[in-house]
Amino acid sequence: MSAQATASSAPQRRVSRARLRRGAAPYALLSPGMVWLLIFFVVPMAYLAKMSLETGLFPLFSFDWAWHNFSDAVSAYRTQFLRSLAYSGAATAIALAISYPLAYWIAFRGGRWKNLFLLLVIAPFFVTYLIRTLAWQTILADNGIVVRVLRDVHLLGADGRLLATSIAVVAGITYNFLPFMVLPLYVSLEQVDPRLIEAAEDLYANRVRSFLRVTLPLSLPGVFAGVLLTFIPAAGDFINAQLLGTPRQYMIGNVIQSQFLSVRDYPTAAALSFVLMGAILVLVLVFTRLLGTDRLTAAAAAT
Amino acid sequence: MIMALRRRVLDVYAGIALLYLFLPIAIVIAFSFNNPRGRFNYTWEGFTFRNWLHPFSYPGLGPALRVSIEIAVLSSLVATALGTLVALALVRYKFRGSASTNLLIFIPMATPEIVMGASLLTLFLNWRIPQGFGTILIAHVMFNISYVVVTVRARLVGFDRHLEEASMDLGANEAVTFLRVTLPLIMPGILAASLLAFALSIDDFVITYFNAGTVTTFPLFVWGAARVAVPPQINVIGTAIFVVAVGGMLVNVLWQNRRARRA
Repeated sequence: MSAQATASSAPQRRVSRARLRRGAAPYALLSPGMVWLLIFFVVPMAYLAKMSLETGLFPLFSFDWAWHNFSDAVSAYRTQFLRSLAYSGAATAIALAISYPLAYWIAFRGGRWKNLFLLLVIAPFFVTYLIRTLAWQTILADNGIVVRVLRDVHLLGADGRLLATSIAVVAGITYNFLPFMVLPLYVSLEQVDPRLIEAAEDLYANRVRSFLRVTLPLSLPGVFAGVLLTFIPAAGDFINAQLLGTPRQYMIGNVIQSQFLSVRDYPTAAALSFVLMGAILVLVLVFTRLLGTDRLTAAAAAT
Repeated sequence: MIMALRRRVLDVYAGIALLYLFLPIAIVIAFSFNNPRGRFNYTWEGFTFRNWLHPFSYPGLGPALRVSIEIAVLSSLVATALGTLVALALVRYKFRGSASTNLLIFIPMATPEIVMGASLLTLFLNWRIPQGFGTILIAHVMFNISYVVVTVRARLVGFDRHLEEASMDLGANEAVTFLRVTLPLIMPGILAASLLAFALSIDDFVITYFNAGTVTTFPLFVWGAARVAVPPQINVIGTAIFVVAVGGMLVNVLWQNRRARRA
């Protein structure tokens, strides 16, 4: 009788222990990585938020809900903010125009060499960011070939230059963040079923219309991801403006950098960081609305 | 006829785009063989192998590269371990909090680097942690974790769990099954993730700039040099990193192709 009781409870206990382990297992796997992100990503953001509401001079700051830091920062650096958004917006649009046909070509014409072409597209970005940007300094230099050709065809005046202009900074940003545009575009185009395009061509009998009605809508999730992945780092960049421009091309990243590391006005720098993040968030939401989330999810579901 | 022409147009376009992508790289490689007379390496003055034979003759370059490699190795190892575990949890289990975990993985990738660098700086200032090798390492592990999770998860999603069940049916326990079946199958994903983490770490400038203290990594060294004069030795190291990284990726791509053919 008692033997029967233990026999029936033993497997039950084993089951419950197994269930418990399964219940705890994901958290055990997660915790090292998540704790790292909590301590070194979330907590620092909280400190940055606190810093943005402090007043005082380095190294003595005190917390006193100084909301005016935000309005002061925005009114003092309005030009750099608007310039950042304009430069990164222009660079994102140009990068999309360059990348879409390239990603299309790899996805539909690459054949068995797809992976190799993809590697070719990413490869240049394994040269250190700063060295790549310095190479653009050489290419766009006043005695460089690009400027000489543009002067010869009178697109530039006799003493016109590219380096130290907005054009150079936008060109640098466009180039430096290109893989963030090409890769998501490629992924979404690669998933488009060629049979859908064939069917569309049979029905519409026009390649342009089948592209506009089938391929383009199906690739919109890639466009969406590519635009965000390019625009966000571009808006915070300060390297291109520093190396290819002059203080007249400085972006908000340059201001944050110098406020933090030279001027040491931490509260202003922290407030500027949050305004940058807020501006990016608002633009992303507007962009999501423009592109139509319904169409996006429908397109994602169709792939 | 028109269709054939349109096909050509796209081919030519792709060729031009690839040339555009490689133009700066060609400049970097070419100028690593330049023999500049003055301090500046902007105009072509003559061909030499000297920079390649003595890349570390330029003071400070060797130590900076060494720090960069140490940080890249350590941070990619730690981030790959932590990120792989997170990816396993996210793909294998349904649990409360998986949505917020996904969000916490995604947000660092959508945050401008300068904001991450600045916020870490305020953390280290508040906790009075002196900046240096340790704080750079902490920062690099932090921004690498998300990329590792995304890369490994992509590999895990297409994973056939029947293989593990078969292994258990044949008498292997969970540990043996993980080591002999699961790990080898997701190894290409883990390898790709660690290569990506290594590349992101060795190239990082912005976050490192905010948290390096007096330590100099290779990108910080380039930044310092860009203010005075960029020596051709920098192009040598840049080219060498490029060749090693692309070589590593090429091996990974070929290895995966071979596995795919065998399967």
